[in-house]
Amino acid sequence: MGLGVPIIIPVSKPSKGAAGKTGLWRVERPVVDEDKCIKCWLCWLYCPEDVITEGPNGFPQIDYTFCKGCGVCADVCPTKAIQMIKEEE
Amino acid sequence: MAVEGTWEIITGNHAAAIAAKLARVKVVPAYPITPQTTIVEYIASFIESGHMDAEYIRVESEHSAMAAAIGASAAGVRAFTATASQGLLLMSEVLHWAAGSRLPIGMAVVNRAVGPPWNIHVDHQDTMSQRDTGWLQVYISSNQEVLDTILMMYKVAEHPDVLLPFMVCLDGFVLSHTYMPVNIPRQEEVDEFLPEYSPPHWKLDPENPITFGNLALPDEYQEMRWSMDLSMRRALDLIEDVAEEFFQKFGRYHGGATWKYKVEDADYIIVTAGTMASEAEVAVDELREEGMKVGLLKVRAFRPFPHRDVAEVLQDRKGVVIIDRSIAFSSGGPIGIEVRSSLYNRSGSPPIANYVTGLGGRDITYEDIARMTKDGIGRITSDRLRRPYYWYKLKPEYEKIELSEEVRL
Amino acid sequence: MTLTIHDLRKEPGSYLPGSAACPGCGATLAFRIASRVLGPNTVYVVPASCFSVIQSPFPKSAISAPLYNIAFPAAAATASGVYRAYKMLGRDVNVVVWAGDGGTVDIGIQALSGAAERGEDIIYVCYDNEAYMNTGIQRSGATPLMAWTKTTPTGKREMPKDMPMIVAAHRVPYVATASVGYPFDLANKFEKAKKMKGFRYIHIFSTCPPGWNSPVSKTAEVAKLAVDTYFWPLYEIENGKLRITVKPRKRPLKEFLELQDRFRGLSDEQIEELEKIVMEKWNFLLHLEKSERVF
Repeated sequence: MGLGVPIIIPVSKPSKGAAGKTGLWRVERPVVDEDKCIKCWLCWLYCPEDVITEGPNGFPQIDYTFCKGCGVCADVCPTKAIQMIKEEE
Repeated sequence: MAVEGTWEIITGNHAAAIAAKLARVKVVPAYPITPQTTIVEYIASFIESGHMDAEYIRVESEHSAMAAAIGASAAGVRAFTATASQGLLLMSEVLHWAAGSRLPIGMAVVNRAVGPPWNIHVDHQDTMSQRDTGWLQVYISSNQEVLDTILMMYKVAEHPDVLLPFMVCLDGFVLSHTYMPVNIPRQEEVDEFLPEYSPPHWKLDPENPITFGNLALPDEYQEMRWSMDLSMRRALDLIEDVAEEFFQKFGRYHGGATWKYKVEDADYIIVTAGTMASEAEVAVDELREEGMKVGLLKVRAFRPFPHRDVAEVLQDRKGVVIIDRSIAFSSGGPIGIEVRSSLYNRSGSPPIANYVTGLGGRDITYEDIARMTKDGIGRITSDRLRRPYYWYKLKPEYEKIELSEEVRL
Repeated sequence: MTLTIHDLRKEPGSYLPGSAACPGCGATLAFRIASRVLGPNTVYVVPASCFSVIQSPFPKSAISAPLYNIAFPAAAATASGVYRAYKMLGRDVNVVVWAGDGGTVDIGIQALSGAAERGEDIIYVCYDNEAYMNTGIQRSGATPLMAWTKTTPTGKREMPKDMPMIVAAHRVPYVATASVGYPFDLANKFEKAKKMKGFRYIHIFSTCPPGWNSPVSKTAEVAKLAVDTYFWPLYEIENGKLRITVKPRKRPLKEFLELQDRFRGLSDEQIEELEKIVMEKWNFLLHLEKSERVF
């Protein structure tokens, strides 16, 4: 057996927020208007950051901890149900 | 002790291929280069004739050969490849990558000069220039030693304290294409000595999804390199232990990190590596007949370098003659440089005459080694040891220039 | 059977939010969708690329599948070794190279060609942002004619390599182009590739907002327009037979070019020249579609 020489290797574990709380990068936040949403899930499909899930009420829910605010979801929404709102200072 | 194997008269390259088969390597990426080519040819024939159970990857370059060996080892199997000269240099990037990934890949390197000009003959410039890649390096003096050392080095490299790749370096043509009697151990005995490889540290496995080798910031990187260095140093003891274990099982001993010949009472010690060391044994006997008390310290492991062992053998001698088959331009022979490092800060540090010679296959016989030894002893005893190193066997018109007062260091 | 959004939503995929990727990154969008189709029994090999950084720093990773980072030129060879080792171990795992355009069409082309010629059982994916973006926008062999990069400050003067066709010339079982603007087409190509054996190649047009200077919210739109203006035709070559998979919506090329500053300042003549080139390529594809075999 070994003498316990530490083999220090660059093995990384899968983690949410591997680069931190990337929601802090955001300049604008996407807000879903549930009256306009038809649950087509295109916002989910096109979200580059994978931060959109199905909320308890069945509508898209955005994880603002990590959403970088790119606005792709708002751009692809066919009913304009997602508005990009300026983050407050 | 094991039942004796079978005797065959084979080349060093054939011995290397048989070692890979006996080690039951599972993946062999292969690319031809003289004088290595017959190793991968033998392995191809072993596999296609059903005598070896392994995947053979006919890659399109040595860079890809090493990259494929890395992939195979990362997926958790024993991998082997072989190369020489330019091939090794093309691999350089991924040599670092293999070691940094802590993958105990095995490789036979048939030492050959580096171009230009094209030259297919032996010197150690190729492997010595790769000394800082994190690979264990052992230099070999006989075909039997080729076979035995590959088996031993897998055991060292795969040890949970080491987990670094290794190259077994054999002199081009002098060993690779020269026939010698070699005892081939029985497969069952090898299996007992070298069990199947199972990575103790990490592997690519969907059952355990990890990312290997993403960005590591300055806060994390240095300890990974320290760990490689520590493992390399730890391998020194293991090379000795495994050589002893191999001796117990197979009855053959080629030395550990070093091999010593008639050093006990020697005033002067010759230090060299590879097949020049076999010639040096003859030179030692000749010089002793002439009344000079000379011994030989053969450097087998160049990485890890056996500093303590070397220093203990050389301390308090009247002088040391180091013969290198490689040139660290403007700095001397690589072994010469290492040995100085072993001795510095120690008492009883002897004077050192370092010779660079035998490049591109220039023949170095025992007579040459005796001549260099006498030249070295002469310089040491008459206070003419002025330079860190000397060239030997230059053509006379160039030797004149080399030794002129205008040429200095 | 074609995949629907419901099929895709069922699989968790191998991308975790909160990575170091830029906002609006096409590469993460492509990976999210591809990894959902490929599933968890997949190993990724990644050469130097934006994706080396997107994983984020040790000891964390934004990728939840086994992933091995390798030196720039070596991805296809490393994946070959991984695949052969699994074969020896009797394991059936998707071995996937996830490489950028530099690592594919330039420095990695030799290892890629070797692996394709040997018919290694791997899926090679090139996510193509059409320049060296990780090093800060330098031209690659995939950069389009006339595009601005930091090493082509007055626009690239050469045509990009037609990499999918170069791979197809190796007579591999499957070659496809894809775009992050057409995610269903992309997903279905991965689904098809996954079920096939041998060397499979998928080349994805992947928007890079910082590199192209396109609005971050327009990542999907730019990639959609690339297809609809004939700039990036979507097709697949299955066992030698070419099929166009998406019919472009005949938009003027200008609409695609205008969304990105890398094409800013092109004269009408230059735009016409580009239009001529893309239409020639399109017509050639139509011609190839009628052939029994492309290669």
